[in-house]
Amino acid sequence: MSEWPELDAFLTTDPADVGCDEAMRILHVYVELVARGDDAGARYPGVASHLRQCGPCGEDFEGLLALVADPPIESAATRLRKKIRGRR
Amino acid sequence: MAGAAPEHGLDPGAADWVARLDVRARDRESAVRELQALLLRAARREVARRAAGTGLSGRELDDIATQAADDATCAVLAKVDMFRGESSFTTWAYRFVVLEVSNKVGRHFWRHPRAELTDEDWSRLPDAFGTSPPLVAELRDLSRAVRRAVEDDLTEHQRGVFQDAVLRGIPLDALALRHDTTRNALYKTLFDARRKIRARLVANGHLGDERSEEVRP
Repeated sequence: MSEWPELDAFLTTDPADVGCDEAMRILHVYVELVARGDDAGARYPGVASHLRQCGPCGEDFEGLLALVADPPIESAATRLRKKIRGRR
Repeated sequence: MAGAAPEHGLDPGAADWVARLDVRARDRESAVRELQALLLRAARREVARRAAGTGLSGRELDDIATQAADDATCAVLAKVDMFRGESSFTTWAYRFVVLEVSNKVGRHFWRHPRAELTDEDWSRLPDAFGTSPPLVAELRDLSRAVRRAVEDDLTEHQRGVFQDAVLRGIPLDALALRHDTTRNALYKTLFDARRKIRARLVANGHLGDERSEEVRP
């Protein structure tokens, strides 16, 4: 075990890490997999690795996941349109 | 790296949004208003979630939410033709909100400038990693070794980014604005810096030997 595990973890880089641009490009897809309980990390290991290592992208992931898990209330107009569509 | 799932048609909710936001749609104006209102609610939630770490409050937070929602709405309208149904429409749209909030919080960071880095700031290194105070004294040698690696092995740009991001705790989005670059470019710089520092610490016997390679963003 490392003398300083937090430093060791920070300095350890993963060659699979896709970087910020690619992770953010498919963040919506990744987040929905996570929200559904699917193994998003197995499907997109490079994204999972990046989100663990990159603080800002990890924060964006948490933010989008929170919005998907508990969506903002839709307007009355949107709710009415969904209701009408459901009756067709 | 595989791309996202292929398109298999849009779900009814997404198809409705896409049709109503089409430039030829009769009720596009009301759809845009509806979208903007939805994204504003999402932006307010996201700004509130991040508020504790920003030092912002009240009017400033609401301004950020409003600007983020407006810019996210513009982004959605500009890119709606590219939406392929890889996720629900709202998840796709919320992504723009989250990215805009990130960006705008980064801009506000510079309203509270940090002091210049001094010699003593290297003592913050354990703090930067959330290391418990009782261990700090024991880690003094390792801290010094990190500092030597930063000073000897990194390029000037890598050293600057490491010091700003790690010792000063400046968010990458805020740094990206200062350097007129992107979060991705700075992450790559930091990634290479981490790799070099680790290599030096391994060579000196301060850390165990685990392979680390260069990212290909």
